[in-house]
This record gives sequence, C-alpha cells and structure tokens, in this order.
Amino acid sequence: MNQKQYVAAFGTGLLFAVGLALSGMTLPSKVVGFFDFSQGLTSWDPSLAFVMGGGMLVYLPVWRLVKGRARPLFDERWRLPTRKDIDGRLVLGAALFGIGWGLGGFCPGPALTSVGALSSKALVMVSAMLVGMVAFQQLEKVRERAKARRDAERQATTTPANGGIAS
Amino acid sequence: MENFTPLTSLAGGLLIGLAAAAMLVFNGRIAGISGITGGVLKADRGDTLWRALFVAGLLVGGFVYGLVAPNAFAITIDRSTGALVVAGLLVGFGTQMGNGCTSGHGICGLSRFSIRSLVAVVTFMAFAALVVFVVGRFFGGTL
Repeated sequence: MNQKQYVAAFGTGLLFAVGLALSGMTLPSKVVGFFDFSQGLTSWDPSLAFVMGGGMLVYLPVWRLVKGRARPLFDERWRLPTRKDIDGRLVLGAALFGIGWGLGGFCPGPALTSVGALSSKALVMVSAMLVGMVAFQQLEKVRERAKARRDAERQATTTPANGGIAS
Repeated sequence: MENFTPLTSLAGGLLIGLAAAAMLVFNGRIAGISGITGGVLKADRGDTLWRALFVAGLLVGGFVYGLVAPNAFAITIDRSTGALVVAGLLVGFGTQMGNGCTSGHGICGLSRFSIRSLVAVVTFMAFAALVVFVVGRFFGGTL
C-alpha cells in the first residue's frame, strides 16, 4: 500500500457520498417508492433506476477501457473478484440483504453517508448492520474450524496410525 | 410519479459511477461498500487502512453534504427502532454472506457482466419489492 492509494480511497469515499446524497438514495422513502406500486404508477418513483443507470453509464465504458491493461495506476496488479459459481450462499445472502433493504430503506452506502450527516436513525441501522457483519464473519470462522476438524478426523480414520506401512 | 427526480438521481448516479471507476482505475479494486466495511471489521493485515479511509470519506462526505443540504437526509418512512435494528442485522449479515450490495454487485458487477452479480441483484431487488409490498399491504406502510 502506498500513499497515493490511501488518498484515492479517501477521495473515492468522499465522491461516493456526494453522489449518493445528490441521487436521493439517502432518503429511504425513495428506495421504498421504487418498489411501491400500491397506487399503480402514481406511487411509483423510478429514481433508483436512474441512479443505477447513471452509475453504469460511467462505470461500464471505464471497465471496458481498462480491463485489458496490465495493472491499475497505483498498484502493481488488479485485485478483482474472480468467482463465477452460483451457490446457495450468494442467493440466500442476497435475499436476506433484500429483505433488510426493503424493510429499512437503507443499503450500506446511503446508511453510512447518513451516519456522517448525523442521522440518529441511520446510526441505529448501521450499528445493527455492523453487528450483522461480525455475526456472519464469526459464524464463518466456526464453520471453517469445524470443517478443518472433520477433514483431520477423516484423514486419521482413512490412514492407519503407522502411515499405512504393513508391519 | 410525483416524487420522481430524474435529473438529480441521474447526476448522483454519474458521480457514484465516477467514484467507483476511480477506485478501479487507481487502486484496481471494486468499490463495494459492504465488502470494504466488512473488511475493516475483519482487520486483514495490510488492507485495513485504505478501507477505513474509504469509509471515512463516506462519513465526511455525508457530514459536509448534511451541513449544506440537511433535507437530503430526511427520513419520512415510518419505521420503529426495532424494525431498523432488524433491517440493519439483515443487511449486514446478508451482504457478507452474498459478497456484496447495491454498489459492488449492482453498479460494478452488472457493468462487468458478472453472472454472480446479476443473480444477486435480481434476488435482492425481488425480496426488497416483496417486503415493501407486504409492509404496505398488511401493515399500512408502518412497521
């Protein structure tokens, strides 16, 4: 990590927050409004689609331009996700997130930005969000440890104690 | 569509795209807010400071914007503290399990034509819509 990367990280966060606040996504009513068809088109607020569209309008061409390059400007290699598999955890995780998003009207970015703006309701939501994150990470640790133990036991039962050498 | 704000929402979206693109071009990483925030909590060696700085940028940006335009943070939907706590727990747990939220899977993932992100976005959109429907239909929009 170098100084330039730190400056870029902070600046990116700053710009992201301004974009979120300007877009209206820090208003939970606009998130709920996007999914609300209770009064047909009268109650519908399509703004969220314009936010996503605007974001992709910039990101998509930039991605196309840089993806063939050897490295980013401030690092010696790319650090991007490579997984392609669709597993149950992806779907279940996204479902749980969707339920929380619809319930509170906040996804992580707007929630954190609103905490910066000293919103007490956002602070409640973000505090719980951090607890939820830590809870999953701890559960993962337990799961990994249990898996390692099972693997070790299987190893012990399939290979004889003397390493398989006939005596 | 009385609350529709096409121009400011598009302008805000462009800035969000610009911020995410800057993270890609400069640092070679995905600007996924749930991943970065969760990463701060995990405290991976060597990756904590830049993540914390990104989150600090979000907070400072929100603070300054709030000074100029406090109305951008008005919460008008009717949700109890309990509902917000449940929402927060689900968002935190779900985004860690599903490896992303609206920024990482939504803007970055869809732009990169990631199948995982497409599946995630369709799933979380569908469930958010379902919850909004249920809260509106059976709880009168208040929870």
